[in-house]
Amino acid sequence: MSYGDKIKEVLDGSDVVLFMKGTPQFAMCGNSDRALQALRRAGASVTAVDVLSDPQIRQDLTAISGWPTIPQVFVKGELVGGADIVEELEASGELSETLRSKLGDGYASARDETVASLA
Amino acid sequence: MSTVRLKSLLEDAFPDAAELDVLDRTGGGDHFQVVVTAPSLTGLSLVEQHRRVYEALAAPLADGTIHELRIKTKGAA
Repeated sequence: MSYGDKIKEVLDGSDVVLFMKGTPQFAMCGNSDRALQALRRAGASVTAVDVLSDPQIRQDLTAISGWPTIPQVFVKGELVGGADIVEELEASGELSETLRSKLGDGYASARDETVASLA
Repeated sequence: MSTVRLKSLLEDAFPDAAELDVLDRTGGGDHFQVVVTAPSLTGLSLVEQHRRVYEALAAPLADGTIHELRIKTKGAA
């Protein structure tokens, strides 16, 4: 079975999506955690997807995004990048700028964290 | 994998590079940091810049010899 449709559903239905190894409560990879922490500091409400729950998820995700590594951060369905880019954008102030311009001024007012299950 | 082989893949992809560095972060030959500064990256978004690096290293990424990759890219005048 392919996760392509479910991945697209999550990307369509959530403002900020983080495909990561593990969950926000228990990240299984330093880079996934780096991306998560940067998003938290920027005040983003994150919808997390654990790619370790099935190896097929990562394969189908990479087929959609053309990005070979995990984590992957999407805002409004558009790939923002992996951990290095998200941290770099945070350092330059562009991360919160991007979130504000795509999600509106109040994006950080109701910070929330959810885990989306694709199963 | 040695940093020399990664560096040569990157040199092929970025013959114009002003700066090109590959660092084995753990000494284990599978966690790498690459730095590329090149005029051919100028004007591209960070996503597009990193895509160029991934394309250059597609083979070692696909066969698992690169377990983790950190990327720092910049355009150059």
